[in-house]
Amino acid sequence: MSDFSVTEPSPGQKWIAGVLVALYAVITILPLVWIIATGFKSSADSIAYPPKVLFEPQLEGYVNLFTTQTRQTAEYLAQHPPQTWYEKIVHDRGLVIAGPSRFGERFLNSVIIGFGSTFLTIVLGTLAAYAFSRFRVPLKDDLLFFILSTRMMPPIAVAIPIFLMFRSLGLSDTHAGMILLYTAVNLSLAVWLLKGFIDEIPMEYEEAALIDGYTRFQAFNRVVLPQAATGIAATAIFCLIFAWNEYAFAVLLTSGTAQTAPPFIPTIIGVGGQDWPAVAAGATIFLLPVMVFTILLRKHLLRGITFGAVRK
Amino acid sequence: MAEVVLDRITKSFGQTLALDDVSLTIPDGAFVVLLGPTGAGKTTVLRSVAGLEQPDSGTVQIGGTTVTDLTPAQRNVAMVFQQYSLYPHMSVRENLAFPLKSPLLKTPPEQIARKVAEVAETLRISHKLDNKATALSGGEMQRVSIGRALVRNPSVYLMDEPLSSLDAKLRADLRVELKNIQSQSGATFLYVTHDQIEAMTMATHVGVLDHGRLVQFGTPREIYENPVSIYAASRLGQPRINVLPATLFAGAPARAKSIGLRPEQIRQGEGDESTVKRVEHLGDQTRLHLSFRNHDLITVTDAHTTLSAGDTLRILPVDPFYFDASGARVY
Repeated sequence: MSDFSVTEPSPGQKWIAGVLVALYAVITILPLVWIIATGFKSSADSIAYPPKVLFEPQLEGYVNLFTTQTRQTAEYLAQHPPQTWYEKIVHDRGLVIAGPSRFGERFLNSVIIGFGSTFLTIVLGTLAAYAFSRFRVPLKDDLLFFILSTRMMPPIAVAIPIFLMFRSLGLSDTHAGMILLYTAVNLSLAVWLLKGFIDEIPMEYEEAALIDGYTRFQAFNRVVLPQAATGIAATAIFCLIFAWNEYAFAVLLTSGTAQTAPPFIPTIIGVGGQDWPAVAAGATIFLLPVMVFTILLRKHLLRGITFGAVRK
Repeated sequence: MAEVVLDRITKSFGQTLALDDVSLTIPDGAFVVLLGPTGAGKTTVLRSVAGLEQPDSGTVQIGGTTVTDLTPAQRNVAMVFQQYSLYPHMSVRENLAFPLKSPLLKTPPEQIARKVAEVAETLRISHKLDNKATALSGGEMQRVSIGRALVRNPSVYLMDEPLSSLDAKLRADLRVELKNIQSQSGATFLYVTHDQIEAMTMATHVGVLDHGRLVQFGTPREIYENPVSIYAASRLGQPRINVLPATLFAGAPARAKSIGLRPEQIRQGEGDESTVKRVEHLGDQTRLHLSFRNHDLITVTDAHTTLSAGDTLRILPVDPFYFDASGARVY
């Protein structure tokens, strides 16, 4: 903290910095605002030109996202008045709800696969990183380079072999298959990131715990893990974001049972015209878990809490 | 409490030989201080006893049992590290209780509370018990670290320069405190330090290490009054022993290459003339920087001396040490 000196910026410099930050914020937040807003527009408003900034919020997009609908005759509609607010939205357009859409399942698949692979990556990655950091592993540098080298090409480059492997192993379109795949892709990044964090934890902490009467694993659990929490949280966020957003493998390897939300959302476009509000609604809901996860772990991301307990 | 025996311990780190055939017996209830500059192997001896280093050859025995293949936990030793001592995610109280809560000791809660309070009292950190370990000053951290060793009743206490980061007053207080704890409990201590006052006042035995070899082992007085080499003689004594060519004074034995003179081995007012170059008044004593036949030496004189720079002072060696060309003591 005191390693670098900070000179007080002049008011002019502060002003320029403020403007730059504000500009950057607008540029990054605008698409997000646009997507969230589109989700609440009516179909007509969503494609209006010039685009509507002020509009009457609708839930049509969300209802369309979660349901499938069929067109009915006027007599049928008259005989079956809508029972709920969402039935009414559909009813007003001459439709009735036929049942729930697949979005819920696909979203749940994303949750299972995204969090499942993140959890598995963190467990394996932390143990591997600890071993690389603390023990004399034969060919350590070569192994670490090999692990890193798996990241040197885009994972999709090996799509065809993986597709064939998955088919012969019966992993196609299964949750386990996707969790394994995303874990394999994320693990190298996780090992390298976590090794860096664990390297920073002085070995004396564990040695003290060993002498205080704890086994190596207990020392790891009680002393190393709490110290590495920050690094683990940061790594988990990276892994989750990758697994959550991954599109190409999901398209290739899943079609039904284990299909995640990213390949599903675009298919909404094809159902009964271009339903942009439903797509935007899907994207909005899809954004939420990563946002919540990041906010929950934000505390751990703020480093410095554990710094200063050591004399250097 | 136990006797600790190191038998022919050798340990290298890559190309560096850290310990070279070290044999050392620490009697039950002894306070052994290891002296030597950085890299002499003091810390490696400590870590080998603790079980944090596995010697390449040789055995370690604690209380008659060979512990060379046992884990640190199984050896039941307590250690104070030079740095990085506290668990930063725990409070002071949790830090002190941590060894007592281990699967090794499984102390009942009321006993933990009592013991922690007792040790906190001794080390004057009672008012900081609920602080986070990170919210302490360097000295307080080191006291908690010492406390974490003292809450236990280990077979041996290992301390790696525990007082080096403390201010002078606290260091003096804790020196006395540690010595009291040791003499009251009869605990065995193995203690590493640079500080010769700690070595002289606390130790029952001093081991002098040089490049991984134990060159002398004995009581502090033995090391001070009867050093085996220039190296061992230089470990103790403030100001440092003066080492001059043996031919400078009459009466050197045949094989002697250098003469070693501690201040008390220089009689003032007799012998040959030297010139006073500088006078340092330290309050309780005065140091004289002398020039004798173009060689510098330092000695001590009366606090209220009237000598000043440029004066002439006669000096005469009394029972000096003589060393050969390799630095080994010959007389």
